[in-house]
Amino acid sequence: MSEFLEFVDVSKNYGAIKASDHVSLSVKQGEFFSLLGPSGCGKTTLLRMLAGFESPDSGRILLDGQDITDIPPYQRKVNTIFQNYALFPHLSLWDNIAFGLRVAKCSKKDIKERVEKMLALIQMEDQAWKKPDQISGGQKQRVAIARALVNQPRVLLLDEPLAALDLKLRQRMLIELDLIHDQAGITFLYVTHDQGEAMSLSDRIAVMRSGRVEQLGTPAQIYEAPRTSFVAAFIGDTNFFDGTVAEPVDQRAILRGMLPAVVDKDYSRLVIGDLPDLECFNDKQIKQGEHVFLSVRPEKLSISREEPERRPHVNMLRGTVEDVIYLGSQTKYWVRVGEYRISIVRQHTRFFLDEKPIKWGEEVWISWHADDGFMLEKYSEQDENLLRLPPEAVGETPVEPAPAPAAEEART
Amino acid sequence: MSGRAKPRAWTEWLVTMPSFVWLGLLFIIPTVLVFAITFRPSDPYGGIGAGWTLETLKTLGNPNYPAIVWRTIWMSALTTGLCILLATPMSYYLSRVSPRLRQWLLLLVILPFWTSFLVRVFAWKVLLHPDGFLKHALVWLHLISPDTSLLYNAGAVLLVMIYTELPFAILPIYAAAEKFDYRLIEAAKDLGAGSFRAFVSVFLPGIRVGLLTAFLMVFIPSLGSYVIPDIVGGPTSEMIGNKIAQRTFVDRNLPHAAGLSAFLSVAVLVPMVAVSALRRKNTRAPNEEGV
Repeated sequence: MSEFLEFVDVSKNYGAIKASDHVSLSVKQGEFFSLLGPSGCGKTTLLRMLAGFESPDSGRILLDGQDITDIPPYQRKVNTIFQNYALFPHLSLWDNIAFGLRVAKCSKKDIKERVEKMLALIQMEDQAWKKPDQISGGQKQRVAIARALVNQPRVLLLDEPLAALDLKLRQRMLIELDLIHDQAGITFLYVTHDQGEAMSLSDRIAVMRSGRVEQLGTPAQIYEAPRTSFVAAFIGDTNFFDGTVAEPVDQRAILRGMLPAVVDKDYSRLVIGDLPDLECFNDKQIKQGEHVFLSVRPEKLSISREEPERRPHVNMLRGTVEDVIYLGSQTKYWVRVGEYRISIVRQHTRFFLDEKPIKWGEEVWISWHADDGFMLEKYSEQDENLLRLPPEAVGETPVEPAPAPAAEEART
Repeated sequence: MSGRAKPRAWTEWLVTMPSFVWLGLLFIIPTVLVFAITFRPSDPYGGIGAGWTLETLKTLGNPNYPAIVWRTIWMSALTTGLCILLATPMSYYLSRVSPRLRQWLLLLVILPFWTSFLVRVFAWKVLLHPDGFLKHALVWLHLISPDTSLLYNAGAVLLVMIYTELPFAILPIYAAAEKFDYRLIEAAKDLGAGSFRAFVSVFLPGIRVGLLTAFLMVFIPSLGSYVIPDIVGGPTSEMIGNKIAQRTFVDRNLPHAAGLSAFLSVAVLVPMVAVSALRRKNTRAPNEEGV
């Protein structure tokens, strides 16, 4: 069976800017699919090409097996929720929602029935005769959703629908969107620069950068196994180490001859500046001598005052605490190790009254298992910039869109 | 606090005073005078006689007038309609082109004002003249016969009126179109509307304030047209303005001229009241309407 919605080798240039660079991706029916990336990464261009407002320079767009590349927007069975909602200011909410049905020349009875069903869905029956400028941002958002959904589109396109709302409202609308997706059962294509939104809503995410899909996968895949340093930095918070791949780790040395001469090719030693050598899982079989980034998420790191017990494949570093932020459910630490400022998140489990918390200026041990780090290829010089960013600039909490400016900086 | 409020009210009054004086002296009093003169008898020397009479009002029932009034109204309506019809796509285009090109195009719209209105109307007379360039060109192209007259008819008056009033339609409509959110057109297309449907049901309502302003700006001056029908028009294309001039300068019957002027003033009030009622309706809370 072919995919429900497919972009086949789609390219679009604006002058010298490659807004879409041979993009191929497919979306399953009923899926909540997100296009995630910093502004200017080409995610909106893809959406606009699907809606029909832009046409690709090359490549095809297929919807349910039908080539829709050259079909004008008003004949496509997709509907869009615009960033500014684009409600018609001269029409009442009722008439806004009925617009598509009237254009489609539905019967009056049918229109009344469907509009009222939608108004019930968004719980705004009592405000149907207000004009868009008489309602709040969150209500406009809901009307925009109703106006699109009432046409029963094959795909609902959402162009940064929550960007204009404040944080509280955004969180509420996230839940509502999720509910509406479950109820409507149609395919959602969601465009956002906010990794928190994308992570919490999506079945799958395509992380985009400079007109290309950098990585495509479930939120967990993208977070836990980023393929590139850009994805690692853009999605969530991470620590980068700039290193060179050395020889594979010799198991004999660790297991002290318990096994015959086994060289485990899955783990490689990494030489990192003035730090002790580190070990990392090398599933990509990156060759010796290559320059790589080692990325380790803050929550994968353990912090302790005492030296942890030495075990195979566990990396240990010694450093000085530079900053501590207590956040209730967790504490964030920044630890200086050589030229690196490492960010660590410790989830609190049990609270001991006699516990002496780690404080600023203390000497501590940091440790993590080699499996928790990723070697990411340095495929372009732009990535160098990612290293220079302090870890805290690359996403504080999952809800804030902080990584966007950081990543943009990285591209220039 | 009250000590400060007083001088403030006083200065406010002082600032608004000149415009009130101006309006009072040069608009309200003359208008009242015109209405008053209507009810005075004329004297044989072109002045105003003593006493009060309804004579002038009765002569307004002169069978000549309905034809002229009717012509004035439909010529003005036609001018307004055609101006808006031409100005709307033009404004749409103006608001969509690059700012550089837009600047030049707007300059072209305003450019005619650099030449005296009278000179421009005379220029049209030259163009449309039986020996004029336009006539020769059209005859040469076999579009008209040599004995067709381009001048001294209603067509010529309409043409020059549209030419004169067009910028007054373009500017307010452009001002509205420029503020229009073109993403609404995309939204309409997204909901299945073709370009024409999106234009009619989203763009036109979006610029309605500009359209109403253009209507007033063109229709009202058109009603009072005098120079254009006088120069390029003939006896069959006379408008009220010409009749007022004729009563004043030829017949030297001031009450009669005042009567016609008063009628025109009342006629102008009708579209103004209608438009302001429409505007009020737009801002009022929407009433419950069916499907």
